[in-house]
Amino acid sequence: MNLKKRRRVGESIIHGFLILSSVISIFITVGIIFELGTESMLFFTRKQWERTNKEVVQNVELASTSFFVSESGATLRAGDLIRLRDEEMRVVEIQGGLLVVERGAEGTEPIFHSEGTAIEKATQVTLLEFFGKTEWNPQIGRFGIWALVNSTLMTSLIALVVALPIGLCVAIFLSEYASQRFRSILKPILEVLAGVPTVVYGYFALTFMTPLLQAILGKNVVGIYNTASAGIVIGILIIPLVSSMSEDALSAVPNALREAAYGLGATKFETALQVVVPAAFSGIAAAFIVATSRAIGETMIVAIAAGAGPNFTFNPFEAAETMTGHIVRISGGDLSYNSLDYNSIFAIGLLLFFMTLILNIISQKIVKKFREVYQ
Amino acid sequence: MSVTPDEALSVSPADAHEISAEAAKLSRRHFVGKVWQVIFASSTLVGIVALTTLLLNIVNSAFGYVAVENTVQPEHLAINGVPIERMPKEDLVAVLESHVSAGLMRRFENEIPWEERTREDVYNLVLERVVDPKPVAQWSLYESLFTVDAIRQEMVERYPEADLIFKSWVTPSFITSPQSSNAFNAGVRTAILGSLWTISIAIIFSFPIGVGAAIYLQEYAKDNLINRIITLNINNLAGVPSIIYGILGLALFVRLLGQVTSGAIFGYTDPMTANGRTILSAGLTLGLLILPLIIINAQEAIKAVPNSLRQASYGIGATRWQTIWHHVLPSALPGILTGTILAISRAIGETAPLVVVGASTFITFDPDGPFSKFTTLPVQIYQWTARPQDVFRNLAAGGIIVLLLMLLSMNAIAVLLRNRYSRRI
Repeated sequence: MNLKKRRRVGESIIHGFLILSSVISIFITVGIIFELGTESMLFFTRKQWERTNKEVVQNVELASTSFFVSESGATLRAGDLIRLRDEEMRVVEIQGGLLVVERGAEGTEPIFHSEGTAIEKATQVTLLEFFGKTEWNPQIGRFGIWALVNSTLMTSLIALVVALPIGLCVAIFLSEYASQRFRSILKPILEVLAGVPTVVYGYFALTFMTPLLQAILGKNVVGIYNTASAGIVIGILIIPLVSSMSEDALSAVPNALREAAYGLGATKFETALQVVVPAAFSGIAAAFIVATSRAIGETMIVAIAAGAGPNFTFNPFEAAETMTGHIVRISGGDLSYNSLDYNSIFAIGLLLFFMTLILNIISQKIVKKFREVYQ
Repeated sequence: MSVTPDEALSVSPADAHEISAEAAKLSRRHFVGKVWQVIFASSTLVGIVALTTLLLNIVNSAFGYVAVENTVQPEHLAINGVPIERMPKEDLVAVLESHVSAGLMRRFENEIPWEERTREDVYNLVLERVVDPKPVAQWSLYESLFTVDAIRQEMVERYPEADLIFKSWVTPSFITSPQSSNAFNAGVRTAILGSLWTISIAIIFSFPIGVGAAIYLQEYAKDNLINRIITLNINNLAGVPSIIYGILGLALFVRLLGQVTSGAIFGYTDPMTANGRTILSAGLTLGLLILPLIIINAQEAIKAVPNSLRQASYGIGATRWQTIWHHVLPSALPGILTGTILAISRAIGETAPLVVVGASTFITFDPDGPFSKFTTLPVQIYQWTARPQDVFRNLAAGGIIVLLLMLLSMNAIAVLLRNRYSRRI
């Protein structure tokens, strides 16, 4: 009798397919990082032409490598790349109003320029500008990411202020106080709340929350678009996330701990707050961090209710566009692939990706590291 | 020194003070506990109140009085005292001819010749093109129910020409008519079909791959570095904001694979969709988005299958794949399907990635295949909400009701599946 393992071609093929399926997830991650990375590189290396308000004050012949320029306008430095019509030149030296240049830089052809030709200067978005400035206005070449990051952080902070305490209270109530019957009613309601599409929440923020805030605080205080109403509604959106993750952590605390606390004479509230919550700390912290990451990445609510237009402000009642809102607005029209706007989406996306990724990794680490193991 | 029983039981004044202080402290502790219990309980109310307000707010905008002004009053169209409601088809064509341009008439003729059109069809054209009712003001359901007098007053003062009608923005014709710039004729058919197309493509793409990955990770994978990385990676992918998937879809499917997703490679040339912003791109993007969710849910379902089943199968000589195909998968199927349906209902509501991938802002024709332009229901709701005119908010509310009903029925199916099949294990 032959007991040797038989080759099964069909099963090997299936096995191969299964391995491939699970490796695809790696491809997706690599794809995300690669695409975001390369396009962001383009964003930081793409040349833009900025007007200097300078012009040549003499005719520039084909062969001449120096000419006088007007005094007004932005200062030029040696090494700058400038453009006169279609020809690009590298500035070699500046002697007062006399510009010594290298003609036909970057593979362009030297051509004759008549008196009065405007000079443009090449600029690039530098990392220093990207992370150091607070004005984002692509039309005039301002790319300071803080205008967008600031409003993202504001909406997220408001959302967390709403969602964390309420979510935790709901979780404590469900796990420590509520009867089985009440729990079976409340949990589906929270699930429905979590399952409502975010565009519906956006509609809710614009047509209910903003008018409500305006009615309370006055129309001249609260704008039609503002980060406060977007933030509050994001908070409502993530309450179920916080409460269900925290409740899982609280229910996982063994009953022996509670009984020991009762035995020492603690009241129900003291047991819940001083014994059960600390014991479930890792799970609750993980819930908070996941909620933060969700709030940062939330898009439709801010796209609808927080306003269209980057604005560096700390006033929650003013319109200010967030990172995600900006991406949606820019890509909503017919976006040309060869533009700085297109590349900027990827730079913002990359930053957003890393912000959420780091938060997610931290939450997983916390769960792993601080998990209490009960026998 | 002997102590009499009386002395032993008596409490010194100092002790009595301490005991009563203890008692006061205890009742204070209980009181604090009660207060917090009320706080905990009332915070759960926030969820209920939020959900109720959300729904009421939508219903409030989806129904209500509308002031309608006709461009041409229907009475003025009557020929020899016969109103347009009772006119024969030929007269209606004549009415149409006398009110719209010759070019438009030729276009109608080219679409469907007059002989082949029904009377109903021509009548609708007259209503749409000649009578052309336009909303000039609208009121919410609350106002319509409780402040009717004020509304009538306002009608008389500000819109003397207009008619006041009670309108439900969700109607059968809202669901069956395509997008239109006129709020009265606008519907969500194009958007619903777009949603169904994109979802179908997403499922076809991600269901086999997702379940395959789950089977591999749960049944085949050993606990080594690569498999741990894969698992960690899937968990992280599930937490990536959906808009990032939109950006990935834009770069990968729309731009890099534009030849494939626009159908050019298959000889499908439609100049309007040549740039890859098609249903196929959108479907694949949603597929990437729900893949981690399907994998995680399917893993849970497979994990729940008892090991005795596998061992019994191995015991009678089945191979690993035979065990999986004939025993593990059938038992895990309800769980896998439930998880998939939940992933789909997530995908149905997704808006941001589709806007980024390039949903059309305005299309009036039905999608006819994977290579046509698209819009989906949530995108449509977003665009209506973002328009400045108030009347489109009402349309958006109508769209939201349709979307929520779709989601509700999906979830009901998921619950039914869970209840029906979970008994068998």
